[in-house]
Amino acid sequence: MRILPFITSTAITIGLVLVLNMQIPLGASKTPKLGYFLSPQQGFWQNAEPTNSSFNAQISTRGLKNKVDVYMDERLVPHIYAQNDLDAYYVQGFLHAKFRLWQMEFQTYVASGRLSEILGDSKLDIDRYFRRMGMVYGAEQTMAKMDNDREMQATVDAYTEGVNAYIKLLKPEDLPFEYKLLDYRPENWTPLKTYLFLMFMSYDLSGRGVSSDLKMTNARDYLGFESFNQLFPNIQDSLDPILPASTIYGKPSIIPIEPITTDSLYLHQVTSTLNVIAPPAPNKNNGSNNWAVSGKKTRSGRPILCNDPHLGLNLPSLWYEVQISTPTHNTYGASFPGSPAVIIGFNDSIAWGVTNAGRDVFDYYDMRFRDTTMKEYWYNGAWKKAEQRVEVIKIKGKPDREEKIAMTVYGPVMYDHSYSNESTNGRSLAVAWTANIAGNGLQTFYKLNRAKNFEDYQTAISNWWCPGQNFAFASKSGDIAIKQQGSFVARWNRQGDFIMPGSDSSYNWQGFIPENEHPMVKNPTREFVSSANQMATDSSYPYYLGGASAFPIYRGVIINRKLAVLNDITTTDMQMLQMENVNVFAEMARPVLLKYINESKLTTAQKKYIDILKNWNLRNDITEQGITVFNNIWDSLENVVWKDDFQKASKPMSWPESSTLLEHLLKDSVYGYADNILTTNTTESIQDAVMEAIAKASTALDKMVSDGKKLDWGAYKDTKVEHLLKIPALSSLHLPIGGGENCINATGTNHGPSWRMIVQMTDVIEAYGVYPGGQNGNPGSKFYDNFINSWAAGKYYRLLFVSKEDVAKQEKIKWHIAFINE
Amino acid sequence: MKFITAFFLTGFLGFVIGLFTNLPWWSFVFTSFIVATAVHQKPGKAFMSGFLGLFLLWGVLAILKDNANEHILSTKVAKLFPLGGSYLLLIFITAFLGGLVSGLAATSGSTFRKSTLD
Repeated sequence: MRILPFITSTAITIGLVLVLNMQIPLGASKTPKLGYFLSPQQGFWQNAEPTNSSFNAQISTRGLKNKVDVYMDERLVPHIYAQNDLDAYYVQGFLHAKFRLWQMEFQTYVASGRLSEILGDSKLDIDRYFRRMGMVYGAEQTMAKMDNDREMQATVDAYTEGVNAYIKLLKPEDLPFEYKLLDYRPENWTPLKTYLFLMFMSYDLSGRGVSSDLKMTNARDYLGFESFNQLFPNIQDSLDPILPASTIYGKPSIIPIEPITTDSLYLHQVTSTLNVIAPPAPNKNNGSNNWAVSGKKTRSGRPILCNDPHLGLNLPSLWYEVQISTPTHNTYGASFPGSPAVIIGFNDSIAWGVTNAGRDVFDYYDMRFRDTTMKEYWYNGAWKKAEQRVEVIKIKGKPDREEKIAMTVYGPVMYDHSYSNESTNGRSLAVAWTANIAGNGLQTFYKLNRAKNFEDYQTAISNWWCPGQNFAFASKSGDIAIKQQGSFVARWNRQGDFIMPGSDSSYNWQGFIPENEHPMVKNPTREFVSSANQMATDSSYPYYLGGASAFPIYRGVIINRKLAVLNDITTTDMQMLQMENVNVFAEMARPVLLKYINESKLTTAQKKYIDILKNWNLRNDITEQGITVFNNIWDSLENVVWKDDFQKASKPMSWPESSTLLEHLLKDSVYGYADNILTTNTTESIQDAVMEAIAKASTALDKMVSDGKKLDWGAYKDTKVEHLLKIPALSSLHLPIGGGENCINATGTNHGPSWRMIVQMTDVIEAYGVYPGGQNGNPGSKFYDNFINSWAAGKYYRLLFVSKEDVAKQEKIKWHIAFINE
Repeated sequence: MKFITAFFLTGFLGFVIGLFTNLPWWSFVFTSFIVATAVHQKPGKAFMSGFLGLFLLWGVLAILKDNANEHILSTKVAKLFPLGGSYLLLIFITAFLGGLVSGLAATSGSTFRKSTLD
């Protein structure tokens, strides 16, 4: 029986190895394979990059035409010097993969509805959501179109080859940290993945309709069209549009015809059986600032261009800085890991920056299918055949799932009997979305990278499709300009704000607004151009911009006010302007609040907060408490005013915008909604509503204080930059930064300026930039989050933009990577 | 002497087989097993030398990586696990798990030899 001890100890050994080699469920997630993860020769310890790491290397690889030299500066920004464009994109792909592989692949898993494949069936809902919206379909459409353009196809192919060259060289122990944590491996990159990533940006910046169109339909049903129209107006008095108000617009070349049935079938329709629960949606605050001032307003006599796109703040960052230098162009800026070229930046001759246009390019059509096989739908008085698209969702540890999506003249049917909830009753809603129509992918940015002057800029952006953007421009030769560009539907008033009937082609889109009728201004007499996601034009523009009440107003007001009075401008002035914390909304709203306060009725505690509010300097600085008090009172006021009116509705609806309430308060002191409809025997006035709001806010603030929380704005807002997996240990938390919604420095809790850039178009370009992250996506690198403190403090880095002749002798250049064809 | 030899060989061979990173992380199970059959000790001693060999190997490798990294990553992982951000505890757990698997493999080696020789 001497074999027994052997069997026992062997069994224990095997058992222990098995346990350490599996992912153990822990709450909603799973542990890594512990033995593998902790193994110093294979696991996460290998990702602990030495802080004095050298990035010098000589890389022999296949697919390059010539040698490519990359110089890395002290911030780990690569300066790529290639002898032809395709070699440059190959190397850009390689470097994106070297420093951001996990992130760039993960983002395409999100976009294409493949999270279940790596994270299990808890992600099935979100995967189905993206697939049914047409994310993969849309990426395929754009790719198919751009593959007919030899230059663009070669560009994306070269980039793809570069990414895959890195993946091929990747040793098992060098797998990025997150692959080890979640236990999977990278696939090869494909051109489709680049288009999927761009599709995700289209969703993030133009997909709000996926939720808001349902909520607006619900609100129209509930309130009736007249009240809806009052609460969700098309234009706001405070608006300071992108184009100066004096702009005179030509006659429109398309006059969309409103269907004769809109009164009964659209505006006043109550779709009582259609009771859709609104899905998740892109962040409402996705927006941005950009502006350019002419040389007449600057100390240098040359234009300065500034841009800060406001997006979700994540680690690894969405952005990756790069300089690309080839015989055709020399360009610096922020690139997207996952895509070739520079997205926001400058070259030897021009600079450009983008903000979101925010116009409605996403509509729903209510479809009637013959039966649940969804092979035919009713269209213009006859049954029409629907194609069926089948997408396979792989699920970790479970069998695959087939997602069947009916395709209509409008686009994919997102909601149907298989994708519904208790209240949709299986109704079918087709999505019409410009992102699902073949666009021009990267071509605009590819051309902007090479643009030399205003004409090149115009040509570059003329085909830009989706998401609609405001392209600001400045050149060394002294021009400044801004143009809103994208594929914009020529809409009749309110077309697409609600779900439209899908069986009658008179509700179809009747055309796109011709590109030369888009809002554009060059070298205006006020000597600056700017945009901050506000409506591009005032009401004299002959087209309906769609979903109008969602356009933010106040950042635009303050930017234009500041730029109008600034002269002798330096890049330092522009840095301060990007970090400006003045709150124009509060500036307009505080007097209204104070006007309605009955001081004699305030308790001591309430009076204390009102004093803070009164003495507040209207700035969202980190140490201010006034903004915290103001926000609490304003939010309570919205609650007091709207909650009773909306709470009886069983369907999700958006409340009217803050600007709508403010404007009503400003011009109409007898405001019907102030009356609490739940109290039938009394009629509450605005004064009652304000006093109630103060009482509620005061209670909430007291509770915060007694819970030991600070009312200082910085601590209250508690800005953080989160890892894409929302793991706190990999995130950067409790950042000391002010600003917020309605400030130029639009930094919210986990959202805000994701890249700040300032470019002065002097002979030697003087450029500054910073983003809340770092060049290396590896959480074990000191370059993972090393820009964040500078970003929070409003400090900028001087961007190193040098020619190949000068680069090697730059003090800030630390490493050299030579790429040689094998 | 046998103890020292087994201990040293376990660590050394564990390191060598670990250089082949395409092999599974637990490949040292085989080297620890073989060392324990070659350098025969009683099961208890075999366990200790097997344990210490890998404990020291993994501990030293982790410390080297961690020091060069100035604890950036280990602190994050020690928060994730959660070990209160203590990189020392993380290094200890790393070393201990490696040691435990190796010690058990060595015990198997020792008892294997006993059961076949007698």
